[in-house]
Parts: sequence; structure tokens; C-alpha cells
Amino acid sequence: MNPLPNGLIVVAKRECPTCLLVEPVLRELADGEAPLTVYTQDDPAYAAGVGGVILDDTLETSYRLGIEIVPTLIRVEDGREVERTYGWHRGDWQRITGRSNLGDDLPELRPGCGSKTLEPGIAEDLTIRFGHTGLQAREIKIGDAEDPIEACYERGWSDGMPVVPPTRARVLRMLQGTTRKPDEVIGMVPPDLVPCTVEKVAINAVLAGCKPEYMPVVLAAVEAALIDEFGMHGLLCTTMFAGPVVIVNGPVARRIGINSGVNALGQGTRANATIGRALQLVIRNVGGGRPGEIDRSTLGTPGKYSFCFAEAEDSDWEPLSVQRGYSREASTVTLFAGEGVQGIVDQKSRNPESLAKSFALSLRAVDHYKLAMAGDALLVVSPDHCRVFLEAGWSKARLHDELTALLQLPGDEIVVGAQGIAEGVPAALAGKTIPKFRPGGLFIVRAGGQAGLFSAVIAGWVASGPIGSTPVSKEITA
Amino acid sequence: MNAEQILLDPTSERTPTARALLARPASFDGLTVGILDISKARGDVFLDHIAARLGERGVGVKRYKKPTFTRPAPTELKQQIATECNLVIEGLAD
Repeated sequence: MNPLPNGLIVVAKRECPTCLLVEPVLRELADGEAPLTVYTQDDPAYAAGVGGVILDDTLETSYRLGIEIVPTLIRVEDGREVERTYGWHRGDWQRITGRSNLGDDLPELRPGCGSKTLEPGIAEDLTIRFGHTGLQAREIKIGDAEDPIEACYERGWSDGMPVVPPTRARVLRMLQGTTRKPDEVIGMVPPDLVPCTVEKVAINAVLAGCKPEYMPVVLAAVEAALIDEFGMHGLLCTTMFAGPVVIVNGPVARRIGINSGVNALGQGTRANATIGRALQLVIRNVGGGRPGEIDRSTLGTPGKYSFCFAEAEDSDWEPLSVQRGYSREASTVTLFAGEGVQGIVDQKSRNPESLAKSFALSLRAVDHYKLAMAGDALLVVSPDHCRVFLEAGWSKARLHDELTALLQLPGDEIVVGAQGIAEGVPAALAGKTIPKFRPGGLFIVRAGGQAGLFSAVIAGWVASGPIGSTPVSKEITA
Repeated sequence: MNAEQILLDPTSERTPTARALLARPASFDGLTVGILDISKARGDVFLDHIAARLGERGVGVKRYKKPTFTRPAPTELKQQIATECNLVIEGLAD
């Protein structure tokens, strides 16, 4: 607002008791020499009898004046604000108005109320109507009668399930979830290798159904996917099954409600369902990676809608994040190029040796029983199974070492043609001992509900390691 | 216009650049053919055969190899091929 009306400006609303308290003061001021303009946010009858009362029910003036508390008193000279106060503080009001006896019969101090401009859901709309959103994405006007969800489908923005239409207000709210600037470029998204801004991530997070508080996790997941070692380009293009699996560690998981317990790998938790989905939608919409086009997966996996869960961290078992060099207090995402979930049912093993053998046997199925040194594996150990190891004093590292020892395979049994099966490792490996996984290719996390002697293998992409994808981690910051 | 009826574009907003294919050469005379192996399993079987057939016809052949099929070719490699060859044959698939 430029210039402002000279004199005094008061912004108030009837539903605020302090604004009611100062009504007689406004009448006093109206009789003074300085011109008085009163903006009322709700009731045109507020301060009845005072000249110069203006109804600001659109909140445009309140927004432009940056009102956060009512009543706010502003003194204007030569069209410029020179001083303001908010709430009722007799000394401040007397000084600003130059009226030494103003409101002498009122209490000395009464706090004000929140301005209507700050009510939930209002602020973003006001920014859109009267301010500068700072958003740079192209605005797409759709027909008044058009269903926004259908419009998103028609433009190819969906993974097949309905998306939340990315309105400006929703995107502005999503951006409140991060301190990072909307125009910051966080990296180049494959397969098209195009720059991706925080704003574009926010738009896709809206599509995915995220809450603003998920934004730091989504940003970390996208940034992790863009680390070269992760090989997101190849992972997207491959005919194989895998997609990015997002594993969250640290305090953020509990803070925003990422499920690590009952049905951790399944449906029903908003954070799990939408954080992994937001990453996939960034790849699809920003990167241009769409199935049937450059995504050539023969079968795919349901995890390519969304695959995100938290580790159920236990004080006696080192979390994945700590194994990967972070402190327990750090919140991290780790991305693993994973396929689907293969259950391990073992309800009889009561000692760690037996259970480790069960796990090893099941882990052999990764890719194919007769293939080795190809796909990595992520072993998800349930609390019930974990208890067997903890009671016997087995750390996670001990289990890893025992499994590595158990997964030394006799070449004779797995070379091409052995067991009457053409598939297998090269014939030259006959007579040798072959490790099932490349060094560093077996990962262990703890997750799941408290009941059930079941664990799970999430097989990695067959092109694991430097040839294709190496798991990557990133700290979640802002 | 209802404010809810304005959506923000979630895509990269890129407009694909349409580029015309180069004219197909009438013959291999005086041309160097690059053969790029993307390191996909058994791609070399096919490419070795192509290289042999071109060699029989007296065509100059240069061989190249990507470090891994899971990533785009390094820029240096693409520049080298563009500098040294007139045509390129790339093998994809197992």
C-alpha cells in the first residue's frame, strides 16, 4: 500500500476481546486532530460512530499491512509508516498517538488476538490473491467444469492412482515444510537429466499426497536418488523388477509417523505411502521416466508405486544409519534398488544358528538359486526373530558375518547346466566356492510388528554394485 | 476463474527439440564406422560379427566400449566417437 493514509491506522476484528476493549479509545481518537482510519476484518458495525471505518473482509489491506495481531495501531507520516504496536499497551498507544491520557481507565496491558490473515488455510490464498507467490512453475488453467483429478490424469502426471491436484495454495503450503528456497536446484533428474528445483519437488509431493512436514525426507530421498552411485537412470530403464526403496532412520521417522511396525512394508500409513510415491513422481514427471517409454521393466513391482519404511531401531542392534557412518541422533534416508518382498517363515528356530541358516537358505533365492555375485539383498528382520538373536547376544554385525559364511556356494552346484538347469554361473567357476553376494552387498534392517516369527528378503537389482546401483544414504536436514 | 482451477505444472516443462536425421550415406567409401559396445552381455558377439563383415568390405572400423550399460556414455567417449567416426553402430540388448 503506497502511499498510506496519513494519521493513525487501526486494524481490528470484533471477535477479539482486546479489540472490543479499545473501541472507546477509537472514539476518543476519532475526535482528535490526527485523521483516523479503522479497518475491521469482520464486522462493519465495529467501532460504530467512528468515522472512517472500512470493512476489510477481503483482508487485502490487512495482508498488505502485514498485520499479525489485532488490534494493530500504526502511525503514518507523509504516506509512510513510522511506528506500530499491537495488542493494547497503554504506554505505547499514548506515545504513538501523542495522547497522554488515552485509555487511562483501561488496564495497562492486554494482549491482542491473531489476525484473520493468519488463520489456517488463509495465508496462502492471500499470497496468491494479493502478493507474490515467487512460484516459477507454469500455471495451467483448466476448465471450470473440469475435474482437477481427471485433468491430472489426462496430462500424464499420475502413476495410475489419483493424485492431489497441485494448486498454488497447496504448493505454497508444501514449501512451508522446508527452509530451502523454492528456486534452489537440487540436481539433475534422469532419464532426461533436467534440473530439478525444490519447487518442482514440492509440486510432486503435493501430487503424491504428502504433508508439508514430509518435505525434508522427500528432498533427501530425491537427492539420494541423484547420487551417481545409485544409478537411478539405469534402475529406471532396466527390464528388471527393481525400483528405489526408501529406508528412513533416526528421530524424523517417529516425528512424522513413518511406520516401522505392524505392516511396515504394506499399506495404510500416509508417510510410507506418499514419500516413496513423491520420489517416483519426481522421476516420472520431472525426469520423464514413464513405464512403457524409457522404463522398460518386464514385470515391475508394486513397490514402484511407493516403497518407504522406517527401521524399528533397537538399542541393542546397530541401526542401518549407524552402520553407514551416521550418529544415532541423525535422521537419514538410505536408498536401495529393490524388488518385491519375499517372506521367510520360520516359526520353529529358537537359537540363532538355526535361524541364520533359515535366512541364508531364503537369501539364496535372490535372482535365482544358481546365480551369485549379482543382486544385493536387504534382509528385514522382524522383532520376534530379532529377539532370538538378541537373547543369544548376536549383534547385527555378527548375524551379517554368519550369513556371509553360510552363503559360500559350491560352484559345482550352480554352474550353467548343473542340476539339469541351463541357467547358472559361468562354467569356469566349477570346483570353486562362490559367495552369493558381492562384498558389502548384504544389508540388514529391523522392522515389523511385535508378533510373528517372519522376516523378509527384499532382493536387489541384478545389476548391483558399481556396474549399476550401490545403495546410498543422505542425511535429512531441511 | 476459480483459483482451484489453476494447477502448477509438475513436469520439467521442456519442449522436445525435433532434429532431422542425417542423410544416409550412399556408400561406405572413405568413411569410418564406429562400433560402440555398451557392455551388455553378448552384445560383443553381434558387434564382432558386424566388424568382421565391414572389414571384409574394406571399411575402416573403430571399436569403443561404454563402462556399463546402466549409465549414459561418458561425455568424453561421445566426443571421441564424434571426432573419429562418420557413422556409429551401437548394440543394445542381450
